[in-house]
Amino acid sequence: MTSARTANMALTFSDEQAMILESAKSFCSDRSNISSVRSLLTSENGYSADVWSEMVALGWTGIAMPEQYGGSELGIGATIPLVESMGRHLLSTPYISTTIASQALQRGGSEEQKAKWLPQMVRGSVGALALLDNEDWGATNTSCTLSADFELQGSKLLVNDAAVADLFIVWAEHNGAQVLVLVEATALPASALSKKVLIDETKRACNICFNGVKLSAEAILPNSEAALRDSRLIGALLTAAEATGSSAAALDVVVAYLTSRVQFGRLIGSYQSLKHPTVEMLIAMDSARTLIYHAATVVNDKMLNQDAEIACRMAKAQATDALLFAGDRGIQFHGGMGFTYECDAQLYLRRALWMQHQYGDAQHQRLHLANLLLD
Amino acid sequence: MTINTQSIKANQAPELKEFRTEVAAWLAHNRPADPGFLLPQTFMEVGSEQVLDFLREWQHKVWSSGYLGMAWPEKYGGRGMQPVFQSIADQEMKRLRVPICFNVIGLGWAGPLIMDIGSEYEKDKYLKGILNAEDIWCQGFSEPNHGSDLGSIQTRAQRDGDDYVVNGSKIWTTMGNYAKYMILLARTDVQVERRYNGLSFFLAPMHAEGVTTTPIKKLTGEYGFTETFFTEARIPATSLMGEEGQGWHIAMKTLQYERGAEAGAAGGISILSIVMNDLLKMAQDVEREGQPLLKDPVTRDNLVKFLIEEKALYLAEKRIGIPALCADYPNSLPLSGKLRGTEFFRRMRQYALTLQGAQSSLYVGDDDTLEGGFWQRAYMNNFSTTIGGGTSQVQANIIGEHVLGLPKD
Ligand SMILES: Cc1cc2nc3c(=O)[nH]c(=O)nc-3n(C[C@H](O)[C@H](O)[C@H](O)COP(=O)(O)OP(=O)(O)OC[C@H]3O[C@@H](n4cnc5c(N)ncnc54)[C@H](O)[C@@H]3O)c2cc1C
Repeated sequence: MTSARTANMALTFSDEQAMILESAKSFCSDRSNISSVRSLLTSENGYSADVWSEMVALGWTGIAMPEQYGGSELGIGATIPLVESMGRHLLSTPYISTTIASQALQRGGSEEQKAKWLPQMVRGSVGALALLDNEDWGATNTSCTLSADFELQGSKLLVNDAAVADLFIVWAEHNGAQVLVLVEATALPASALSKKVLIDETKRACNICFNGVKLSAEAILPNSEAALRDSRLIGALLTAAEATGSSAAALDVVVAYLTSRVQFGRLIGSYQSLKHPTVEMLIAMDSARTLIYHAATVVNDKMLNQDAEIACRMAKAQATDALLFAGDRGIQFHGGMGFTYECDAQLYLRRALWMQHQYGDAQHQRLHLANLLLD
Repeated sequence: MTINTQSIKANQAPELKEFRTEVAAWLAHNRPADPGFLLPQTFMEVGSEQVLDFLREWQHKVWSSGYLGMAWPEKYGGRGMQPVFQSIADQEMKRLRVPICFNVIGLGWAGPLIMDIGSEYEKDKYLKGILNAEDIWCQGFSEPNHGSDLGSIQTRAQRDGDDYVVNGSKIWTTMGNYAKYMILLARTDVQVERRYNGLSFFLAPMHAEGVTTTPIKKLTGEYGFTETFFTEARIPATSLMGEEGQGWHIAMKTLQYERGAEAGAAGGISILSIVMNDLLKMAQDVEREGQPLLKDPVTRDNLVKFLIEEKALYLAEKRIGIPALCADYPNSLPLSGKLRGTEFFRRMRQYALTLQGAQSSLYVGDDDTLEGGFWQRAYMNNFSTTIGGGTSQVQANIIGEHVLGLPKD
């Protein structure tokens, strides 16, 4: 019985991943110092178009794409070092949304759908998954419908990077089946999108009303069910990777303050009530990092197996809990300064609060893990 | 604890597979029958002659059959083989839950230390006896007034002709009453400015005049360690390791072995591995309202939290072998291993007792305990790992200061 199911202990790191990590680290620290992060907080789209173009030019949008569509076919696991590095430097781009959307397409799309969209995404077109009907990431069905004559009815909440997306992949119900359908941004009136005010100001999302959008049978992903399941797991994993990077960054910010702020004639980092929880942050971040690279090792281009599901869910649960802890203590350990907008600690707390819900919070993941591991 | 990445890859090789099968078969065939008394879960619970004799015989048998000290040189009683063979033997001992190889202070700490920095004389004299369990070793670091603050210990060793004369007392000496040798940290110089510089390290005989031990009863009610008194005790000057004044440096090196941060141990298992599988099995067996606990949603959530933690713990040993994934804090995983592991097991075992309901308020000796009080012992004895070898709080200081660069207290 049971924890034999946690027995997959694969953790490897390929030369390609190592190269991606190296270049991603220097790219992200170069292009996304804290003042550029801050200058983007109030910008329309939340990212620099130039940086995004550079990433496209570097081939990063094609890392996990099949060669026949212009990608380098290294697998989704190879994006993890990049996404972790983006999280470390709070570098925002539509990379994560697009990668998740392209994974849904790769895993569930027809040849025609893939041939049309994947090469465009490699070249920088933005894709976004539209899943939520309400605040519940755990929902098992949707009230959004695609009628028998292929007309959409319903709205989706908090679609990431929606304002810049060229393609939406929308979860709907069609003739009693759960389907993913492709909706081109051009099919929507401008009024369909309403921009939301997010707790993490480095992120962007809209609610979208799809009422009356007319599609055809060709818009449905033939292998929708698997694509829906796998893209949510991949979404959880990419969020975990980004969160792990952000935890490491939050830790750096805390350590910098603990080694510079003096009270009662001593550096505050010498006080164990600050030192020991900071060590806990490190350990929690380390566990998250271990688990995301384990997940990166066991996911592949085939339908995700049980080991991969376990790995993605564990990574997500650990990584966003770690970030929440680091974000929360990060405010407290900066004292009054921590309560200010100016203090960078807020960036990580806000991110933690946003990230915990992406693709299901820790408790949601554990609920699924319990079924996978304990029955 | 530390893992050799080469050995992981090599693990797939056919001769290693074959070897694994061989050890497993040997262990299954030779594992001793249930002796009818409680066997220790760790080497810190050797509380009677009966247990001592049993474990001594077992370790001797494991060694003489070639499954202990496999990577140590042949001339010191080893087999001069690749460390991977010993790792495999250890994994099988762990998996099959055979008794522990109890002479741990020799096998895991003093032995590798002597191998690393000992003289030829010391290697010849000590190493074989460690392996074959003839010479039991103990450790004399802690004192009644100085535990975590090891640098301040007061036990004196004064040179007198060919001897050192030792005065003072050590405490929490695991197997002090059974040991033939002690790794002893004592003060040879009280004048020096930096107190650390006055310390020296000895491979000291315990069967010397003026050395006495008094067993101390542990919280579990068992025995396992002693207070050790030195009253004008004479030990030969040849038992000094290195030179006078090098004691602190050598003691710190020893602690690296003890905390599992450095490889070189002779092998064998020192602690019965009690893992999540055991807890899950218990949660399956224990019922509430006609349902296994394993069906209770709150219990399930807690169990999954532990499973995530356990998985990250084991996987960390793989990540240590991938420097690119440890670049920002390269020492983090090795230095935090003891803290992560021992604290996880403490909480997990405590939870096992919580889950048992009123049954866990019974204790060893009562017929109605679950598995003879296995979890009561497991939880309480686990404190030996969160206290011994540097407490968890001290570990957190070390990590904070040496990994994160935070200032000293
Ligand atoms: C089962 C067992 C077996 C042992 N076997 C041996 C042995 O064979 N040989 C040997 O030499 N020793 C042995 N020890 C002793 C062990 O190494 C010491 O108990 C340990 O180093 C702690 O020292 P102490 O007991 O004096 O506690 P103290 O140092 O007095 O600690 C008391 C409390 O204060 C905390 N504390 C102390 N200093 C700090 C600090 N700077 N910051 C934060 N918190 C602090 C500790 O974490 C602890 O919670 C054994 C201990 C146990 C429990």
